[in-house]
Amino acid sequence: MQPSKLVQKYFREANLPTIWCPGCSHGITTKAIAQAIENLGLDKDNTVIVSGIGCSSRAPGYMAFNTVHTTHGRAIAFATGIKLSKPELNVIVITGDGDASAIGGNHLIHAARRNIDITVVVFNNNIYGMTGGQYSPTTPTGAFGTTAPYGNVDQPFDILKLAEGAGATYTARGTAYHTKQLISYITKAIDHKGFSIVDAISVCPTYYGRRNQAGTGVQMMVWLKDNFVEKTVYDKLPEDKRAGKFTYGEFHQEDRPEYTAEYQKLIEHVRGEQ
Amino acid sequence: MSDQKQLTLKREWCKGCGICVAFCPTKVLIMDTDYKCTIDNIDACIKCGLCELRCPDYAIYLKEAEDGK
Amino acid sequence: MANKIALMQGNEACVQGALYAGYRFYAGYPITPSTEIAELSALELPKVGGKFIQMEDEIGGIAAAIGASIAGTKAMTATSGPGFSLKQENIGYAVMAQIPLVIVNVMRGGPSTGLPTQSAQADIMQAKWGSHGDYPMIALSPISVRETFDLTVRAFNLAEKYRTPVMLMTDEVIGHLRERVEIPVEGELEVFDRITAEAGKLRRRPYEKEPGEIVPAMSVFGDGNRTHTTGLFYNETGFPSNSTENAKIMLDRIFSKIYDHVDDIVQVEEYELADCEVAFVAFGSTSRVVKAAIKQLRADGIKAGLLRAITIWPSPEKQIRALAEQVDHIIVAEQNEGQYVREVQRIVEGRAKVYHIGRGNGEILTPPELIDLVKEVKHATK
Repeated sequence: MQPSKLVQKYFREANLPTIWCPGCSHGITTKAIAQAIENLGLDKDNTVIVSGIGCSSRAPGYMAFNTVHTTHGRAIAFATGIKLSKPELNVIVITGDGDASAIGGNHLIHAARRNIDITVVVFNNNIYGMTGGQYSPTTPTGAFGTTAPYGNVDQPFDILKLAEGAGATYTARGTAYHTKQLISYITKAIDHKGFSIVDAISVCPTYYGRRNQAGTGVQMMVWLKDNFVEKTVYDKLPEDKRAGKFTYGEFHQEDRPEYTAEYQKLIEHVRGEQ
Repeated sequence: MSDQKQLTLKREWCKGCGICVAFCPTKVLIMDTDYKCTIDNIDACIKCGLCELRCPDYAIYLKEAEDGK
Repeated sequence: MANKIALMQGNEACVQGALYAGYRFYAGYPITPSTEIAELSALELPKVGGKFIQMEDEIGGIAAAIGASIAGTKAMTATSGPGFSLKQENIGYAVMAQIPLVIVNVMRGGPSTGLPTQSAQADIMQAKWGSHGDYPMIALSPISVRETFDLTVRAFNLAEKYRTPVMLMTDEVIGHLRERVEIPVEGELEVFDRITAEAGKLRRRPYEKEPGEIVPAMSVFGDGNRTHTTGLFYNETGFPSNSTENAKIMLDRIFSKIYDHVDDIVQVEEYELADCEVAFVAFGSTSRVVKAAIKQLRADGIKAGLLRAITIWPSPEKQIRALAEQVDHIIVAEQNEGQYVREVQRIVEGRAKVYHIGRGNGEILTPPELIDLVKEVKHATK
């Protein structure tokens, strides 16, 4: 039995099925990226997918592009070298919440500051899954993890606010449940000239779900459906209806000089003077 | 034409998460005794593609008509 | 064509050598005493269409350089002590994923922040053993400004030929020393360019060696091969495998591509060794002090000589073993508290008496100290 045409075209079938747990939404987000690439008609040979370490970072191994599975937290730094040395490549980073905002936080903010034309998709499941359920920088205060047995004392990051503050020129949040919107945001992010980031809210039933009595993958997906509201809709809600709700949607978009293009101008300027 | 699409299951890739079953708007799918997705009521299928959209394991999809030829 | 003569610093010679070798990418972070390498890269690379980026930290510096190399560009990063420590994880990544890269360490005194402006050779063991896990390393150590140029070119050649990171272990003395350099003309030094896989061909087994290859031809991003690169143990497909049998095969490959070619990789200088009775083993700037001491000793009628390791890793085992057969006394002179002496002792296996002279406090060794030690050991019994 063959898989769908999209999977045949953009996935390394021999490596499937994935290593991810039943109910893990990483497969949904990975396919959303493939669909976005299909929507844009990008050439597979000129597209690079870079990841760090963690559950999400295993995604590139399944994807039929030029792929690199790097070291923990460093995907954006590797991607910076790839993009700057060959600006003609489309560079997409797949990373997790811990990979992107804890160990790799420095690279995230500085890539955003430079406005280098890389798209980062954060598979944000609020937990370290690969190591067995430790709290991450996006674990809500009070939630449980194996390293937060009494509830998380830390306060979480809003990754998009962090990225926007650092200079990202396209930011959006989607969820694994709101898949069509997620595909649309990833498509726009890849198409955007500059540093773009999509916070892809994901579910980890095995570690986050179990520790927090959030239930199965299905129940966690239902929770996403019930608790995430599109940003413009949320903005119109009366104050009392907003309590406990989270937002998805496009948060920030601006045009600012892109790093590799600016560097190319510098080269032309220097060479012109020689 | 969307009505020429055929709901197709690649059962060996199904991990039994039940997401497709839960979000199918017309209750076409059920979990079988092996905890894998099974097409139970194909006549009810409206070919909306939500199962394919959300299947994390690429085990269910709408096959284009020409695929089978 | 006559060679151009220039007065330049070791760090400058490193950049000029890198340009000669065809590097087109530098990523790094400012750190004393290596900073001039970054500054000159920033100045020179755009002139040849290359790219320079000052990254947010040392780890980002090596990561971006590896990324550029994966994309097909000859890349370099430079650092010193603390930065060298920070880069270790990704050095291991480049070894595992078999990515060519040149890493320059202009050594300063340590541990920790240590002596930022004073010279040392105290990262010698870290060069070989600094990243976790088992792996071989190629590390070169120049004695002069001109040799910094030559060894930078050679570091790029070896990195490309063996698909591996190569370290240029220079030090503050050589890095900041200014000497008259005859700049090699084009064609004077060998420049080895990467052997890349045929473009436009999807490669199912990119890590499978073709007959006659030392390493599999490398796919670069954008060439249509669409390969996967990972720091996990992988099999010939490039995809992860956690089988112990496969891990053994891959480890063997990573080691044998270096150790089966030590005669190609290892370079030494034999200075006054033919009739020598007391021999020094040294490398880098310390060899200059040793040579001065040997001249004085020879004038005094004492037959001293030097085996200078130009390649420090893999160590010149064959040459050190032969030396141990020839002389009764081997003095390892190095600017640290005793590192390479352990490697020499391991190789000598008691066939000669091995001594250490050195210190890690930034104070350069002097010829009189070495002369006194030679005179002292000459009276000692084997």
